[in-house]
Amino acid sequence: MSKVRIKTLKIDDRDVGAREDQTILEVARDNGIHIPTLCQLDGLTNLGGCRLCLVEIKGSNKLLPSCVTAVEEGMEVSTNTERLQKHRRSIVELFFTERNHVCAVCVSNNNCELQNLAKQVGMTHVHFPYMYPALSVDATHDRFALDHNRCVLCTRCVRVCDEIEGAHTLDVRGRGIEAYIITDLEQVWGESETCTSCGKCVNVCPTGALFEKNKSVAEMKKQTKFLPYLTMMRGARR
Amino acid sequence: MTHEEFIQLGEEQRKKNEQYKHSIDVCVAAACVSMQSDKIKKSIEDEVKKKELGTSCRIRGVGCMGLCAEGPLINIDNGKSLYCNVKEEDAQEIVSAIDKEPVERLKLSADVPFFNRQLKIALEDSCNVDTESLDDYLAQDGYEALFDVLTKMSPGEALQEVVKSGLRGRGGGGYPTGLKWSTVQIAVTDKKYVICNADEGDPGAFMDRAMLESNPHKILEGMAIAGYVVGADQGYIYIRAEYPLAIKRLRNAIKQAERKNLLGNNILGTPFNFGIEIRLGAGAFVCGEETALIASIEGQRGSPRPRPPYPAESGLWEESTLINNVETFANIVPIMKKGGEWFASIGTEKSKGTKVFALAGSIKNTGLIEVPMGISLRDVVFDIGGGILEGRKFKAVQTGGPSGGCIPESHLDMPIDYESLITIGSMMGSGGMIVIDDSSCMVDVAKFFMDFCQSESCGKCVPCRVGTAQMHTILEKITNGSAGMHDFQLLEELCDIVKNTSLCGLGQSAANPILSTIKFFREEYLSHIHDKHCPAGVCKIKKEEEVIS
Amino acid sequence: MTKLKLATVWLDGCSGCHMSFLDLDEKIIEIAEKFDIVYSPLVDMKEYPEDVDVVLVEGAVSSDEDYEKILKIRKRSKAIIAFGDCAITANVPSMRNRFKVDEVLKRGFIETNTDNGVIPNKNIPLLRERAVPVYEIVDVEIFLQGCPPSADLIYYALSELAEGRIPDVKERAKFG
Repeated sequence: MSKVRIKTLKIDDRDVGAREDQTILEVARDNGIHIPTLCQLDGLTNLGGCRLCLVEIKGSNKLLPSCVTAVEEGMEVSTNTERLQKHRRSIVELFFTERNHVCAVCVSNNNCELQNLAKQVGMTHVHFPYMYPALSVDATHDRFALDHNRCVLCTRCVRVCDEIEGAHTLDVRGRGIEAYIITDLEQVWGESETCTSCGKCVNVCPTGALFEKNKSVAEMKKQTKFLPYLTMMRGARR
Repeated sequence: MTHEEFIQLGEEQRKKNEQYKHSIDVCVAAACVSMQSDKIKKSIEDEVKKKELGTSCRIRGVGCMGLCAEGPLINIDNGKSLYCNVKEEDAQEIVSAIDKEPVERLKLSADVPFFNRQLKIALEDSCNVDTESLDDYLAQDGYEALFDVLTKMSPGEALQEVVKSGLRGRGGGGYPTGLKWSTVQIAVTDKKYVICNADEGDPGAFMDRAMLESNPHKILEGMAIAGYVVGADQGYIYIRAEYPLAIKRLRNAIKQAERKNLLGNNILGTPFNFGIEIRLGAGAFVCGEETALIASIEGQRGSPRPRPPYPAESGLWEESTLINNVETFANIVPIMKKGGEWFASIGTEKSKGTKVFALAGSIKNTGLIEVPMGISLRDVVFDIGGGILEGRKFKAVQTGGPSGGCIPESHLDMPIDYESLITIGSMMGSGGMIVIDDSSCMVDVAKFFMDFCQSESCGKCVPCRVGTAQMHTILEKITNGSAGMHDFQLLEELCDIVKNTSLCGLGQSAANPILSTIKFFREEYLSHIHDKHCPAGVCKIKKEEEVIS
Repeated sequence: MTKLKLATVWLDGCSGCHMSFLDLDEKIIEIAEKFDIVYSPLVDMKEYPEDVDVVLVEGAVSSDEDYEKILKIRKRSKAIIAFGDCAITANVPSMRNRFKVDEVLKRGFIETNTDNGVIPNKNIPLLRERAVPVYEIVDVEIFLQGCPPSADLIYYALSELAEGRIPDVKERAKFG
């Protein structure tokens, strides 16, 4: 077994120890320090896209995503400064403005990570203008549906489909505000020949964008914690 | 090819050149070609054949001479006379006059600030080498620098010249090139790569394109030297597909260099191997960002990823990768030939050498220029650039493209260097310089750049994806007169969020055009908001009476 | 102790928030001891009075009538509580916002009607281009999230106000 060095650092004024290959987010979680995340999911590669896990590091004016920033000896990390709180609230608000999120009629109402984030960051209302884009729902698959109105483009579904299931049915097309999730080369989901209908994408989706059919408002509950076990068991079998 | 053969080739070509009494160099870079300079060249060739001057007249298609506004340009006898605005039907007159007095009506004086205030290093020879001939490049000591580095210097010694030169990345960021090279040199990975970033995407910028069209071998040579220094044997040029002429000439140059063993295995009889391949970008602006560019070469969606790790540590296929801009590579050959100290003697304390700028917008001498660092913006705009178009008044100069800002009259005496430009909220960028006159509305200018940023945002991170779209909507409201102060405050707030929380440089700098115009032209914003009036008369604002009726 | 004057208003919403208010059950008596309900769909008062201390506004601003009302309410009230998700985010009413008003009316009154429907054009308020949250039109002091906000949350918020405190609902409320 190769040797792993240990680093010591400070997170929110607490002295903590970490393996050198750990990220700030991992170490914070190990020590019970909560940093909000959305695109990050244990078992998938980290993206650094949702920008909610940004932290401040003493000596640098730049905010860094804790999910992909490795620990360093003597680092002094702040995870919940006023500046970070303000930015996080704004980012969650921006999520709500870009698509049509209506909690009241959503299958994932009360089981939604975006909804929880709004509460976590203390979002009382959205003070940026809503964009009300005209988006579609793909309900052509036998068992699942994709509602673009509720998608936050975290790409967990894309990553799980590629990295864990190995099908790479899902991907992103378009740029900027026009980007959206597609199946295969933008065929409808029901006609996809690569989709194995494994349903992992549905379970890792943090909102009601991907859901099982025949679920009504607030009935869709997701299992998001299965990936590390799945990977571990696969490794053990090999 | 052995060194002897290599020297001999150059000699032969030089001798051949000397046989000619006259030279007619027609600019065949994209700007002049768009004005049919390729047809003009053909007509001149026909005319020379007709007059049986083939043995005394050498006709070449050469690269960019800079003064694109006056193109097509033709250089007779190495600067003896310079013809501008040439048309196909002028061919006969030009050829007839070759042994006599020049054609006065086409003549352009070379002794004007546009030419004599420039200092050409990266563009040196670009208008004096046949764009499609390796032999012609060899006749001017082409690939000598590579040969010298390979045979007389260790990678460490060659690196020291780059370090000493003080050269900084010309793609915009200004990261010290020597430091970047040394990081890749010491990196331990199975393989290393050199990438030339030719994904020039700033609106109004065409420096890289002109360099590649004009003297592609110089870039190849610079890349090969870099390969030797950092220990890479494979190079890629990532160039946007919208540059067909540059791609054609690059392909041609790579083929020529491979045939003559200036690229490939055992280059010039040394143990050094280095190959270069071209990768075409589909025109996404974000692919100019290095990690997105690398993803694109790998065949992935061109989205940036968080750094660190930087490409020097983990780049293309997770191997250590050196990635530099075209102009950076263009400076390598001169640095190797004349030494790092020579290069460091030019420019300012922290910004060494020269910078190529593409002058565009409301300026007389639209075109490509190269000036020493530290020259003032005023000298560039009013002296070299010849000032503003007839009847208009200077308002601002925009540098750094969508990542840069607008600089007003009051800051024109500021020296051009990396730090000064950042201090006033703009940046060096890759070298686009757009001059704006009083007929432009600065809010409209900001809106133009935000439109660009929002459609070029990759969509990976939220602040950039949504923030740029939100900012664009607010600018739209300001320019159509429906915005209030509340919207203006939101705009400033969004600038702060997008700047501080975006993943890559595109988002982090996307607010700059807004921030700089708010800083220097705040009253224009307020006039749109309070008085429902566009001072420049550009924005179509519906007056409230009209809305009611 | 003088009672605070409380009003409740119903704009473009489903009345669910008002139902939740009624869900206060016996606690409503306690509320009645601290507040005078001076205007509400639940009481018989035609004109919105002057000098209202607190008003619970349910629903989004959707029609010209809503718009007129909320301007008047703002003028005559000390504190506006955006009462529930429709008032805060425009929620369900906002789902029409991506369509034009004409399209919405056509869909609602003609296309989905089996016996020759007509778009009513008399005695009903005209729909505005978009259904918007209350704060987009007037300043809002307090946001009470939920679809609907729970009776407990309403009770907490009103009790705090009665004690002269600004209720901090962050930990207690959630959207949806």
